Amino acid sequence: MTGGVNSFQVSGYGPERAGWTRVFARDGLARRLDWPILLAALALSLLGSLLVYSATRNRTELNQGDPYYFLVRHWLNTGIGVALMIGAIWLGHRGLRTAVPLLYGASVFLILLVLTPLGSTINGAHSWIKLPGGFSLQPSEFVKITIILGMAMLLAARVDAGDKPYPDHRTVLQALGLAVVPMLIVMLMPDLGSVMVMVVIVLGVLLASGASNRWIFGLIGAGAAGAIAVWQLGILDEYQINRFAAFANPELDPAGVGYNTNQARIAIGSGGLTGSGLFQGSQTTGQFVPEQQTDFVFTVAGEELGFVGGALIIGLLGIILWRACRIARDTTDLYGTIVAAGIVAWFAFQIFENIGMTLGIMPVTGLPLPFVSYGGSSMFAVWLAIGLLQSIRMQRPMSA
Amino acid sequence: MTNIPETGRSTRVQVRLVVIQVLVISLLGTLGGRLWYLQIREGDQYAKEASGNHVQQVVQPAVRGSILDARGVPLADNETRLVVSASRTDLMKMKDDGEAVLTKLAGVLGMKPEDVMTKVRLCNAETPQPCWNGSPYQPIPITDEATPKQALQIRERAEDFPGITAEPQALRRYPSPGKANTAQVLGYLSPVTDEEIQQAQDTDSPYLRSDMVGRSGLERQYDKQLRGKAGVTRYEVDKLGRVLGQAESDPAEPGANLVTSIDSRVQRIAEYELNEAMKEARKQHDRNTNRNYEADSGAVVVMEAKTGRVVAMASNPTYDPNAWVGGISAKDYAELTGKKSNYPLLNRAIQGLSAPGSIFKVIPTAAAIKAGYSFEGPYNCSSSYSIGGQVFKNFESQNHGAISLGRALEVSCDTVFYALSHEEWKRDGGNKPKKNPNDWFYKTAHQFGLGEETGIDLPNEVTGRVPDRQWKADYWKANKDAWCKYGKKGGSYAEQIAYENCLEGNRLRAGDSVNYSIGQGDTMVTPIQMATIYAAISNGGTLYNPTVGKAVISPDGRTVKEIEPQAHGKLPTSKKTLAQIDEALEGVATRGTAAWRFGGWPQDKIPMHAKTGTAEVYGKQTTSWFATYTEDYSIVMTISQGGTGSGASGPAVRNIYNALYGVSEDGEIDNKKALLPEPQKTLPKVRTDGTITSPKIAKDFAKEFRPSPSPDAEATTPQGDDPADPQQAGTTPSPENTNRDTRRGRRRRGGGPGRGGGHPRRRAPRPGAARPERTAS
Repeated sequence: MTGGVNSFQVSGYGPERAGWTRVFARDGLARRLDWPILLAALALSLLGSLLVYSATRNRTELNQGDPYYFLVRHWLNTGIGVALMIGAIWLGHRGLRTAVPLLYGASVFLILLVLTPLGSTINGAHSWIKLPGGFSLQPSEFVKITIILGMAMLLAARVDAGDKPYPDHRTVLQALGLAVVPMLIVMLMPDLGSVMVMVVIVLGVLLASGASNRWIFGLIGAGAAGAIAVWQLGILDEYQINRFAAFANPELDPAGVGYNTNQARIAIGSGGLTGSGLFQGSQTTGQFVPEQQTDFVFTVAGEELGFVGGALIIGLLGIILWRACRIARDTTDLYGTIVAAGIVAWFAFQIFENIGMTLGIMPVTGLPLPFVSYGGSSMFAVWLAIGLLQSIRMQRPMSA
Repeated sequence: MTNIPETGRSTRVQVRLVVIQVLVISLLGTLGGRLWYLQIREGDQYAKEASGNHVQQVVQPAVRGSILDARGVPLADNETRLVVSASRTDLMKMKDDGEAVLTKLAGVLGMKPEDVMTKVRLCNAETPQPCWNGSPYQPIPITDEATPKQALQIRERAEDFPGITAEPQALRRYPSPGKANTAQVLGYLSPVTDEEIQQAQDTDSPYLRSDMVGRSGLERQYDKQLRGKAGVTRYEVDKLGRVLGQAESDPAEPGANLVTSIDSRVQRIAEYELNEAMKEARKQHDRNTNRNYEADSGAVVVMEAKTGRVVAMASNPTYDPNAWVGGISAKDYAELTGKKSNYPLLNRAIQGLSAPGSIFKVIPTAAAIKAGYSFEGPYNCSSSYSIGGQVFKNFESQNHGAISLGRALEVSCDTVFYALSHEEWKRDGGNKPKKNPNDWFYKTAHQFGLGEETGIDLPNEVTGRVPDRQWKADYWKANKDAWCKYGKKGGSYAEQIAYENCLEGNRLRAGDSVNYSIGQGDTMVTPIQMATIYAAISNGGTLYNPTVGKAVISPDGRTVKEIEPQAHGKLPTSKKTLAQIDEALEGVATRGTAAWRFGGWPQDKIPMHAKTGTAEVYGKQTTSWFATYTEDYSIVMTISQGGTGSGASGPAVRNIYNALYGVSEDGEIDNKKALLPEPQKTLPKVRTDGTITSPKIAKDFAKEFRPSPSPDAEATTPQGDDPADPQQAGTTPSPENTNRDTRRGRRRRGGGPGRGGGHPRRRAPRPGAARPERTAS
C-alpha cells in the first residue's frame, strides 16, 4: 500500500514537498498514520482468514468444493476494505463531511431495499441484498457508519463553529431523529443485533458530544423501557426469544436452541491454554459449531489456538479500541471526537457481544467479529471506520 | 498531548471520553477473564465433552452361542431371518432425508410408507412410539420377516436403495428336538435394561439396545460365555454423522457353544413320563380327601451317579420357551407368571420344596450308625410308638416285629426310626437339652448336603431346610409374637397349634424329633438334593455338585473348556454302612415297597435300588416321592398332591430306566433300543466353520419308547400299599407339620409377624420380575 501513499494529498496540513520525502517527513503521512491501529487491523484480518479457512475447508456444502473459497474471499474483502480505508484517508473525514447527507440517504435507501423482494433472509434475519456473483450486501453495516457521521455532523456543527459549548436540545432531537429512522427499519428486518449496536452507538455519540446528562440518562431509561416493551408486546420473533431463553439456561434444549451456545462453549473450553493446533480442532473439523466462519469465528480461535490465541485476538482488538479512544481524546474538533467515539462504542459493543456470546455471557445475536469474521459488508464497514480514525488522527496538529 | 486542546474543548467531553475508555477496558477485561475461566479453569471438562461429541461407537452384535445336548443336538440355537434395515446417516445425506427411498422400500416390502417412516425416526420426548430408540449410527431394522424375494429385490437394485440393507440376522430359537422341551433348564432371554446398558457402557463388551440377556436357566448361568463379544468400531464423525476417520475397530466375536449333559431323547422321555404320571394320578381317587389327586406339579431328575451330571431334568407344568423370542406378549407373560398360572417358569427340580417323606430314611439310618447303634439291631417294628400321651403309629399299624435297620428301610418301618430318634433326643437332654448335644440325626442331614444348595449350575437354586435346634430357635424368635397373639388354649386346631408354638416353639420337642426321623415335620428338600444323595450312595459316597453344562466350546471348535465334575462333600458313612444301605435299597426294589413296580426287572444285569416316599402336607394331598439308582444313574421323581411314592411315580421311573437300558416289559435287554446304557463320555464335535455334528432326532422319542400300556400292569395290586405315610395311619400330628408353607414364606420375607397358623400359601412372583421364585410344593 505504500505504493499508493505518495499519490494522495492530505488536505490542510504540511508544506508542499515531493514524493517519498514528503511521506516520511516529520509531519509526513507515514509519521502521522496510526500504525498500531493499522497493523492490529491487518493482523486480525490475516488471522481471521486462517480461522475462516479452518472452519470452511471441509464444509463442501458451503465452499462449492474449493477449500480455499472462503480464504481467498476473505483476503479479497480485506483488500477492498484497505482500499476503502485509503479512500477515506484520502478524502479525509472533513472532506467526507459534505457528502454525509448523501451517504446517509444512500444507506437508508439500501436498507429500505432489503425490505423489498430484493432482500433475502439468512438465519431468520431479513438483512441481505443478493448481488450477482454470489456476493451479498448487508446494508445495516454501513448504516452504523452513516448514523455516526450524520449525528456527528448535526451535533458538532454549532459547537465547532464556536456558537455554543454544547449541542442544544433541538440539535440533539434532530440527531436522534436521524438515528431512529434507520433503526426502526433495521428493527423490521428484524436484525436485533444491529439495532442493539446502533443504540450503543447513539449513546456513545451523545456522550462524546457533550449533550446534557438528562439526554444520556433519559435515553438509557427509554432504552430499558423499550426493551421491556419489545419483550412484552411480542415484537421479537420466536427465534430471538429462544436465543435469550437459551442464554439464560443453555441446558434448556441442547439439541435445539441451546445447541449453538453449548457447542461454542465446548469448542472454546476444549482449547485449553494453547489449543489443539490450527486446523486440528475436532469441534471445528466436525462442524459442530454452526455459523463458525462468521458469527462464531472466535470459537475456532478458542479451540485451535487456545487461551493464547483467544487472548491475542482480544489484545489486538484492545489495541484498536485503545488507539481509537486516544484519537477521540486528542483530536481538536468535536466532529472528529464524536466520530471516533461513535466508532469506539460500535466496535466495543460488537466485540463484547460477539465474543461474549461464544463464551456464554451474552445472548446469541447475529453480529460479526470485526476484521475476523467472514463477511464483505462487515469487513468494508470496519475498514472504512479505520480510515476515518486515521483521517481524524492525521488532521490534528502534531503535538510535541 | 494535553487533555485540554487548543479549541478550548469543555472538560465535560473529556471526562466522558475517559468514562468510555474505562468502560471499554472493563468490557475487554471481562472477555479475557471469562476466556481464562472456560479454557484454563474448566478446560479439562470441556475437552472431555468435545471428545464425546465427535466419537461415535458402532456396535456389531455377536451371534449367541448354541446350547447343545450331550450328543450335539441343539437345544437352543439361532434362526436366520432376513432383516431389512436402514442406515439413518445415509438417509440424512439425501436431499429429502431419504423419503423417496423409504417410500420405494415400503412398496417392495408391502408396508405403508408412513409405517416405514415412523420406524426410522429417532425417539425423543415429543416423538410417540413407534420410533427408533437406539443409536442413530446403528442400522435401524424395518422388518425381520422379509422374504428372500424381497431381499433379492433390494440387493439387486442397490443403487435404488442407498442406505438400505437386507441381511440375514440371527434370532434365538428353541427347537425342542424330538419334542424335548427342556424349558426351565434352558431358561430364556429378555431385552437388556437401560441400567444394564449403562453398566456395560464402558466395558469391553457393551450392550446394544436390541440385545437380549439370559434371565434364567442356562441362558442366564452361561450368559457371558454364550453372549460372545459385540464388535465395536469407533468412528470420528462430524456434526451430520459423516465419518471423518476410523479410530479403532474390534471385530465381533460370536458366543461360545455350551455342551450340556442333557440327552434330548432321555429328556423327552422324562418330560413325557412325568406328564403321563401326573395325568394318571389325577384319575386316582384319594381316600383321605375323598377326591381325585390333583397332581398340580412335579419334577424328575435323571443324573449320572458317578459324576453328578444331569442327563434329564423335567419340571411340570411347563411352557414353550419360544414365547420369549422377539419379545414376549403381555398375554403370554400373564399366562406364565399370573396367579392362575401355577408358575410354569419355576424349575421345580431345583426350586420346588417339600418334605421328603420316607426317601429321607437313609439319613436317619446313617445317623443311627454314627450314634453308635448297630445296623443289625434288632429293632422293634411295632405298630405304634407312644411318647407321653401321644401315639405315633406305623403305616397302617403294621407290625414287622424285630428287624434290622436294613429291613426297616425295605419295609419303610416308621416306628424303628421313631424310637431311635426319640432315644437320641432323650440322650441329648430331652426337654432340657445338654450344652453340646450330639444331634446326630440333624448333623448327618447337614452332612448329606441338606439345608444347602447342591451347587448346580443353574440360577436360583433353593436350599431347603433341616429343622434343627438352631432353626427352631430362630424361627420361634421371628414368629412368637404372632403365635402368642393368635393362639388360644382349647380353641380351633390352628389356634391350639399357635398356642403351643407360642409356649414352646423354640424348643426341639420329642414329637419334632419323631416326625423328623421319617422326613416329615419341617424338613424341606428339593428333588435335585435327593438325586445328589442317592447318586452319592450309588457312587460310594461322593456328593457331586450337579452340573448341566459339560463343556464350553469356542465357535470354531478349537478351544474346548470342559466343566469337570466337582464334589462338595462325602457321605459321613463308613464303607461298610454304605454297602449295607445299598443292599437294603436293592431290597426295596426286589422285595420291599418298590418291588411291585420292578416286576420282571433284570436285577442280575442291572441292579436296581429304590426308596419310596409319601410325604404328608398339611391341608393338601400327599406328595409322591420315588428315589432310585443303578450303577450309572440316579433318578428321583416327585409329584405334588400325586399320591404314594411307588403308586404315582413308580411306572414313570421304570419307563425311563427301560428307555435308558433298552429293557422291555418282560425284562429282556435290547442293546439296540437302549438310549444310554452308559453315560455319554465323548463331546460332540464343533467343526472349524462352526457347524456341529449331531445325530438325527426322531420326531418324538417318547412315542417310540413308551411301551403300550398293559392292562395287567394297571390291574396289579400293590403288595401292600406304600407304608410311608404316618398321617394316613392316623398318627396325632405334631403341631410342626401343619403350617410349613406359611412359615417358610414368612421367613423368606425377613421373619416378620404373620397370622399364626394361617393357611398354606403360595407366593406369587413379583410382577415385572420375570425371575421364577421358589415355591413350596
